[in-house]
Amino acid sequence: MIEVKNIDKSFGEVQILHDINFTFQEGKTNIIIGQSGSGKSVLAKCIVGLHKPENGQILYNGRDLISMGKREKKEIRKEIGMLFQGGALFDSLTVEENVMFPLTMFTKMSKKEMRERVKFCLDRVNILDKNKLFPSEISGGMQKRVAIARAIVMKPKYLFCDEPNSGLDPRTSILIDDLIKDLTEEYKMTTVVITHDMNSVLEIGENIMFIYKGKNHWTGDKESILTTQNKEVTDFVYSSKFMRMYREKIMK
Amino acid sequence: MLIFVVNKIIINRIEYFYHIGRYAEMLGQMFSRPEKFSVYWNKLMEEIYQLGIKSFGIVVLMSAFMGMVIVIQTATAIDSPLIPAYTVGFTTKQSIILEFSPTIISLILAGKVGSNIASELGSMRVTEQIDALEIMGVNSRNFLITPKILGAVLIFPLLIVFSMLFGFLGGWFACVSTELVTVEKYKYGIVAFNNNDMMYLTYALSKTAVFAFIMTSISAYQGYYVKGGSLEVGKASTRAVVYSSVLILLFNYLITQLVLI
Ligand SMILES: Nc1ncnc2c1ncn2[C@@H]1O[C@H](COP(=O)(O)OP(=O)(O)O)[C@@H](O)[C@H]1O
Ligand SMILES: [Mg+2]
Repeated sequence: MIEVKNIDKSFGEVQILHDINFTFQEGKTNIIIGQSGSGKSVLAKCIVGLHKPENGQILYNGRDLISMGKREKKEIRKEIGMLFQGGALFDSLTVEENVMFPLTMFTKMSKKEMRERVKFCLDRVNILDKNKLFPSEISGGMQKRVAIARAIVMKPKYLFCDEPNSGLDPRTSILIDDLIKDLTEEYKMTTVVITHDMNSVLEIGENIMFIYKGKNHWTGDKESILTTQNKEVTDFVYSSKFMRMYREKIMK
Repeated sequence: MLIFVVNKIIINRIEYFYHIGRYAEMLGQMFSRPEKFSVYWNKLMEEIYQLGIKSFGIVVLMSAFMGMVIVIQTATAIDSPLIPAYTVGFTTKQSIILEFSPTIISLILAGKVGSNIASELGSMRVTEQIDALEIMGVNSRNFLITPKILGAVLIFPLLIVFSMLFGFLGGWFACVSTELVTVEKYKYGIVAFNNNDMMYLTYALSKTAVFAFIMTSISAYQGYYVKGGSLEVGKASTRAVVYSSVLILLFNYLITQLVLI
């Protein structure tokens, strides 16, 4: 469980996040949605500690990331896996080396144990026989899978995914979404998925926060998001023709 | 108008201090304790290979041709019966050891290595690879930058020694092929009058190490703090080469004034 309390974040004069409060639940895919530029990535980077907010608390099962010392922070980071918008695989390393990297850095496992763990994770995300290839030699969808494998290789308690299906076709997107949901339930992770894609929201959204101009504007789940009267939310949800057709259908 | 100019100067000053401060902070962070020594050792070896061994070809090629040209130019310039022919060997040695190898080759390396480092780190920054390292709990400055600086400081002096040797060889080739000077006299000019050689060599290799530090740290700074996309990465690598070269020239002057006078 991650509790976010009263987070403010500015860059220079510009305040990006305004007093954000939310609780991300364990074993669930928690979703942050909102338009591009609404502050989703900045919020995620504050929560994982890549940005330092001016105010507020970020409690990882009660431990406050902002006030803790360097050493404790390092320990928490080992419990966090993150999937970046573009995958962020190290392009000088092969698929296998990428997934193995956190293990070589932070564990005392033998080469053989590491190989086994890597193979297990790559199998889990359905990447087979790509071990020796470099990220530039595999497709975008596969890169995302490898990035997921790297994010879960240390058995994290918290998983962050920043637009996991940006740049993917609809079918691959759904496969990635389902993979994230399955892994979350399997490992009882507190998963946070950032997206602006309604398909993902309807597919995996259990606990949703709608962020609007840097504020937590609305919270709910995938049922209530379809029926809410909140204007900004409905504008967002029903911005596509497909969703408008869907609304007409359920209204009847 | 005047106020505008003054304002601009003040703002530039502030920015200037900001960069110096952040550069110093980057260097400070570089020497924190590594997470795992063996990983860093491998990384250091890889950088020595990438930055040093892979530059060997261009260094050798440049040095040999420069050696040839220096011999021909000196020989034709001092074509006088009053000056002994071995002067050509002596002059060639002096210019190669004191200036050509350590400074000119360092400038060439700044072009190659500087843009290489800035674009590598810059693209790691814009594709969030650096964030990915930080999330894992890796100190990214320490992990990415330290091995590059250390590797270059260790290997470049060795490259420069090779540059000197190949410079002399180039000169030798020019003697053989043009017969402006006999090989014996050229050799004599190089080997005799060697009282200062050790001192000059130390001076040359020390300044090479300083130049290696300048070009790698400046370029790393430019790349590491890139904001934006691939366009900015390109700009950063141009800045890396320009700033490194200018600073190398400046420090060359300062060090020379300090040591040789
Ligand atoms: N490092 C930064 N420095 C300054 N401004 C930033 C930085 N990162 C993001 N911003 C600004 O914060 C706002 C929100 O960005 P972001 O969180 O990336 O949006 P998104 O919701 O699309 O992920 C944008 O206006 C962006 O320009
Ligand atoms: Mg974003």
